[in-house]
Amino acid sequence: MTATAAPELPDGLVAVVKRDCETCVTVVPVLRQLAADGTLTVYSQDDPDFPGDPAAVHDHDLAVSWHHDVETVPTLIRVEGGREVARTVGWMRDQWHELTGRDDLGPDLPPFRPGCGSLSVDPDLVDELRVRFGTSVLRSRRIEVAALEDELELMFRRGWTDGLPVVPPTEARVLGMLEGTTRAPDEIVASVPPDLVDVTVEKVAIAAVMAGCLPEYLPWVLTAVEAVCNDEFNMHGVLATTMPVGPVIVCSGPGTRAIGMNSGINALGQGNRANSTIGRALQLVVRNVGGGRPGEVDRSTHGNPGKLSFCFAENDVDSPFGTLAESRGVAPGTDALTVFAGEGPRCVVDQLSREPESLAGSLAANLRAMHHHKLVMAFDAILVIGPEHARVFRQAGWDRQRILAELHARLQVPGDEIVRGAGGIAEGVPESLAGHTLPKFGPDGLLLTHAGGGAGLFSAIVAGWVNGTVGSTPVTREVRP
Amino acid sequence: MTTATENTTTTPSRTILDPTGERSVAERARLARPASLAGLTIGLLDISKPRGDIFLDRLEERLTDVGASVKRYRKPTFSKPAPVDLRHEIATECQVVIEALAD
Repeated sequence: MTATAAPELPDGLVAVVKRDCETCVTVVPVLRQLAADGTLTVYSQDDPDFPGDPAAVHDHDLAVSWHHDVETVPTLIRVEGGREVARTVGWMRDQWHELTGRDDLGPDLPPFRPGCGSLSVDPDLVDELRVRFGTSVLRSRRIEVAALEDELELMFRRGWTDGLPVVPPTEARVLGMLEGTTRAPDEIVASVPPDLVDVTVEKVAIAAVMAGCLPEYLPWVLTAVEAVCNDEFNMHGVLATTMPVGPVIVCSGPGTRAIGMNSGINALGQGNRANSTIGRALQLVVRNVGGGRPGEVDRSTHGNPGKLSFCFAENDVDSPFGTLAESRGVAPGTDALTVFAGEGPRCVVDQLSREPESLAGSLAANLRAMHHHKLVMAFDAILVIGPEHARVFRQAGWDRQRILAELHARLQVPGDEIVRGAGGIAEGVPESLAGHTLPKFGPDGLLLTHAGGGAGLFSAIVAGWVNGTVGSTPVTREVRP
Repeated sequence: MTTATENTTTTPSRTILDPTGERSVAERARLARPASLAGLTIGLLDISKPRGDIFLDRLEERLTDVGASVKRYRKPTFSKPAPVDLRHEIATECQVVIEALAD
């Protein structure tokens, strides 16, 4: 888009009005007085037949209002030699007298009436007008859509969706999205696997529009992109593995409440816009910018539904063991997110344990079975402890350290039980490990978080991909505006 | 009365931004050539060069003879790419297109 030239104002007096403004209607008799002098030009923003007497020029595309920075109507401008020399807004008789050099305007009017907002600064229009008249800061290639072509179908055909419809990323929507961050549109955010393409804030904003995000989610999306695009998280490997994992995003801090994220009932499920679209936007960046598509570099045998979006907030308000982000070094009260290469959640049911030891035993037994009960140390997990399970630990005075210690203590597995062939099952650890005791998880392999609805004695396990340098390490990043 | 909504809808904003890394050209790959033209709908695109219609009239006769059905299209001017609406119309209605140069 190219910037349009500002329309020149005629010499004399110029009034910009709209019918949908009581003050503009009030000053019509004054406009008639001024029109009698023969030097008044009236621009109407909405109704071309307003005021009628005097006749107005219809500012149909708001070009006059936009280019001459009209923020309030009525605006009265004095123009000499093509240049504005004075301006007043609203109706103030004194100022209108001063500007026009008359002393008899609107004798029946009150001395003062505030003006109304100009249509050219209407929040519903301003993004569109910025596109229409501004110098675009956006650099992405423009794709023209035929009049009879459905843009949703166009985006499906070009392979730009995750299988669900996406919101068309028009320039106006992308500019609106960029209002959600202080970062420049051309700033490079990360190099996105698998194609290692540098992604700009603008391209992330496009993905966020497509995913259905609101502008206030954009800092979270940008942080999620940064968090997965590095050697530690290893997004390339997360795509290429045949295991069913994708990025799981755990959000922490007061900002999760400010943008309306769900940490309560159905936190890991559908129905919350922020939860559903932040993770989706990340995946659209990986797909469209990085080129990570199923059947290509994404080789997952089964995948999991969370690869559309798996993003939720921690309940940090009444967590008995703090937040995951804090446990990973983020200061309390700071907005942050943790990315984890994980599969879909599975439920741990224990409705009878009222003692922490009993509940820890239940959780440990289920964690031990994760991926395969005879495989150890290879995989990490997120344990999402529901509020009713967390209450059992709170009442016993167990903090995060204690819970983890008790779980690890119950997850020491005799090598004899899990070597290859043991129990008549070929899968297992090398026979050389018989006689040893092996931990199911490494020391940092269990990530505790608190989320879910207030009713239900359940927790959820999110199993991970291979950990360590050959796999993926969780990454925690602070969210900045 | 003209409303705010009308002010927005007067903008021809049927343009979207490319969400990809833009490492490939915007145009997509051509489809494979069909083994036979029988039964296909073939678009003949006149690019508005003089006498192009004479060439295309003859092509239409030959193609109709081999069992194809023919639809005719015309670009407003040879000096500019076909408008997006025309491209969409041809892509929707035809399996094959022949673009004729002439002079």
